[in-house]
Amino acid sequence: MNNKYLRALRAAFPYTVPIFAGFWFIALTYGVYMNAEGFSFWYPCLMSLTIFAGSMEFVTVGLLLGQFDPVGALLMTLMINARHLFYGISMLDRYRGTGLKKLYLIFGMCDESFSINYTADIPEDVDRGWFMFFVTLLNQLYWVSGATLGGIFGSLISFNTEGLDFVMTAMFVVIFMEQFLKEKNHIPSFLGLGVSLVCLIFFGADRFIIPSMFAILAILSAARLVRRKDGETE
Amino acid sequence: MTLTEQIITIAMVVLGTLITRFLPFLVFPAGKPTPKFVQYLGKVLPPAVFGMLIIYCLKNVSVFAGSHGIPELIAIAVTAGLHLWKRQMLLSIAGGTIVYMLLVQLVF
Repeated sequence: MNNKYLRALRAAFPYTVPIFAGFWFIALTYGVYMNAEGFSFWYPCLMSLTIFAGSMEFVTVGLLLGQFDPVGALLMTLMINARHLFYGISMLDRYRGTGLKKLYLIFGMCDESFSINYTADIPEDVDRGWFMFFVTLLNQLYWVSGATLGGIFGSLISFNTEGLDFVMTAMFVVIFMEQFLKEKNHIPSFLGLGVSLVCLIFFGADRFIIPSMFAILAILSAARLVRRKDGETE
Repeated sequence: MTLTEQIITIAMVVLGTLITRFLPFLVFPAGKPTPKFVQYLGKVLPPAVFGMLIIYCLKNVSVFAGSHGIPELIAIAVTAGLHLWKRQMLLSIAGGTIVYMLLVQLVF
């Protein structure tokens, strides 16, 4: 029995190493930021544990410093995190049959955990559910520990880490390529890049995700209708 | 903001995040067959989302100011090149990141 968990952990760990680098850096920054805004380390610690959505935690600092507006906070969260809806739709099948772990898999479905769990080639002798569980758990462990340490030692960190955050960009480039090399039809890949870029130019950095999602959804839906009319089945 | 108000604010953010993550699983429960159209979306959305996430990471790069996005372009080319060559995830990511750090710290 023990072996099953260990094997899944061992298979999952290498996939999470780049996330360790990226998460620690961003989470430390987040902890330092909260520290500088006058919050005790308990805030980044508990917020990273319960929210576990990187960019949203940064936004929450602003919410905590502003006027009390719970409805506004909820709406802003729904907007910023709307992309998770796409992850959920994509993981309906993959998370099937994972038992109670499924609740944690969905709770911890951040950009990185989703990307790895969707693309990873899980070896046949490794339990899929536990593999995805450990990917999610390790990622959250890195994130929470980084945020807490940043909150505690905030003002002491001073080595030159400029540019380290690129590790996340590099990771998504590699994940995109892995998907690209595997798929037969490249249209969705190009569509994601192109539509998001156009929306970024038109709507700006803070507002382009929602329009991008709508445009991607509309074009992919239209593509299916057109193909159906042409008499193709799947 | 009082402590209670802070807790409520954080709870709202937690609730919002939970909704975005759990909603698809609640609407399409595992016991019932998922509609064909949603299955189709589940297949074509991920590649599009990966593309979107790359753009998301680069959203604050300014083409017309600062280093004009040149370090990002070079580092992505290095990452992609390494990956096409060796197809070792960690090597590609580490290589691209180190090149980027060297570029922004020493060159630009």
